[in-house]
Amino acid sequence: MTTHRTASRMLAIAAVLTLAAAGCSSEGGKQEEEKSDSGNTGVADTPRYTIAMITHEVPGDTFWDLVRKGAEAAAKKDNIELRYSNNADGPEQANLIQTAIDSKVNGIAVTLAKPDALQGAVQKAVAAGIPVVALNAGLEQWKAMGVTEFFGQDESIAGEAAGQRLAQDGAKKVLCVIHEQGHVALEARCAGVKKGFGGAGVVENLNVNSKDMPSVKSTITAKLQQDKSVDRVITLGAPIAITAVESAKEAGSAAKIVTFDTNKELVGSIRSGDVQWAIDQQPYLQGYLAVDSLWLYLTNGNVIGGGQTVLTGPSFIDQKNIESVAQYAEKGTR
Amino acid sequence: MTHRLLARPELGSVVGVIAIFVFFFAIADPFRQATSMGTVLYVSSTIGIMAVPVALLMIGGEFDLSAGVNVTASALTASMLSYQLSLNVWVGVFVSLLFALGVGFFNGFLVTTTRIPSFLVTLGTFLMLQGANIAVTKQVSGQVATDNISDMDGFGAAKAIFASSFDIGSVTIRITVLWWLLFVAVGTWILLRTRAGNWIFAVGGNEDSARAVGVPVRQTKIALFMGVGLCAWFMGMHRLFAFSTVQSGEGVGNEFIYIIAAVIGGCLLTGGYGSAIGAAFGALIFGMTNQGIVYAGWDADWFKFFLGVMLLFATVLNMWVRRLAVRR
Repeated sequence: MTTHRTASRMLAIAAVLTLAAAGCSSEGGKQEEEKSDSGNTGVADTPRYTIAMITHEVPGDTFWDLVRKGAEAAAKKDNIELRYSNNADGPEQANLIQTAIDSKVNGIAVTLAKPDALQGAVQKAVAAGIPVVALNAGLEQWKAMGVTEFFGQDESIAGEAAGQRLAQDGAKKVLCVIHEQGHVALEARCAGVKKGFGGAGVVENLNVNSKDMPSVKSTITAKLQQDKSVDRVITLGAPIAITAVESAKEAGSAAKIVTFDTNKELVGSIRSGDVQWAIDQQPYLQGYLAVDSLWLYLTNGNVIGGGQTVLTGPSFIDQKNIESVAQYAEKGTR
Repeated sequence: MTHRLLARPELGSVVGVIAIFVFFFAIADPFRQATSMGTVLYVSSTIGIMAVPVALLMIGGEFDLSAGVNVTASALTASMLSYQLSLNVWVGVFVSLLFALGVGFFNGFLVTTTRIPSFLVTLGTFLMLQGANIAVTKQVSGQVATDNISDMDGFGAAKAIFASSFDIGSVTIRITVLWWLLFVAVGTWILLRTRAGNWIFAVGGNEDSARAVGVPVRQTKIALFMGVGLCAWFMGMHRLFAFSTVQSGEGVGNEFIYIIAAVIGGCLLTGGYGSAIGAAFGALIFGMTNQGIVYAGWDADWFKFFLGVMLLFATVLNMWVRRLAVRR
């Protein structure tokens, strides 16, 4: 086995050297990325616990990378084995919670995007004596389910803040792009935008399919071509915002793009003014606190927030404060 | 005809079930506990109940791509009707049964009348239902999920039938597992012991010669599509009463899982061959893999990849066993 491994390592090194000689890019690429040193912290000497994190992630959304990175950083520090699983379908997510109960994990962190579907499974976990914390979604319902802590933002409040800001910016017609049909939190955001925007103008919803970016682009383009009066597009995720910028260019529309949530690519777009601003709910912090809070609970009985919601957002990121966020975003943790 | 039935289409899938079970039993610690088996059986039953009519339909030579969203559509129909009109939930349950059977009839009627391949007809129905699910739900309840109906008249009784569970020792068995066994038994009985069963094999094997010998081809196919509708309604009711609300976007993509389960169980994509028991084993393979990967603690990013590998493995094993059996 070991000889096999060294052989394959030698092969890999040889391959890399050949490739490097063949053509180096003088700028950009992995080499320019700063190595994050968050992994070099000490490790807690508490017993090794297993924690399951179960989310409603649709695979391939950058938002969840940040949540997972935060969770992994906390797990590493706290000597915890983190088991991550996800399913966007409510009943399937409930099955995953049941799976965690079967596996006798020490703690469960769960997103309650579809609270009614998860209620039974969460209560079972609590009855089995497994501490459960919630993150990201389920602000209204977490207390009633016997969950001990919640880390996230109130989607309606975040939406209202966005709507008020749009009204301040002088927008008249806003397009709110929902990228996952039937997602309660996304619908709440657009409803919040409408409420915050109030009498300043009209907010119209547009459904796109985030699993298929070309169709997202063409749908937004078509809408902007069809309705020239749209002057702001608000997207509910960073990847969609970057696509919407392309759409606006393609449609020859003067509409400006704003968005919920950030990622690495979005920093450049905010710097260049392609995207006006983003509402940040600090996904890294949500993942980190969910795991860290369970560790505190398991090792010392602490409850962060004292039974109240712990808010991680909303805050605005725009050209004024982008530099303070940029360095972390480059490392992929904001 | 009888000789072909003796070749046992499900033989290969039995070996697949054993192989996958042994594999996960060896590598995943939680998989060895009886309590976990309750979860595995439940997950398998939610696929298996649909895999039975889908297998029968495939033996009859047709596909139904609208099966997955039809489950959600029936649940939405029952839930919204009861809630909006403040009726006893049983009214919603029966109206949604008519609705689901209607979708099946519509599919069967179009396929047999127009002679357009069922793949295309049901793709159309699938898209129509997917759109209607979200549009109607939003129009009626103003949001993308239905309102919670758990405090309405008749909910308790309906939950007992469609979504209750009982304990045997430390193992929780969901009622869907029992229903699944019943559906498999009924499907097998129809296929092997009734005249309708012979008709199903005949229309899937060779439609024209079936017609020539007096098999009611049209009625048989429409009935098969309606059978899928019936089970879709049943699963819809399970989802509704197990979770009290329904998300309008769910069910998309499940139609392929039902088809995969039927194929692993020995159904041919070309029709005329297969079994209901095989479809049950196919669903069990899918359920075990689905849960086993999570019990084993493998990286979630790779989940779908492993699922694909396992399914290919099961299917190849299946083919190989069947060849051995036929050669003897």
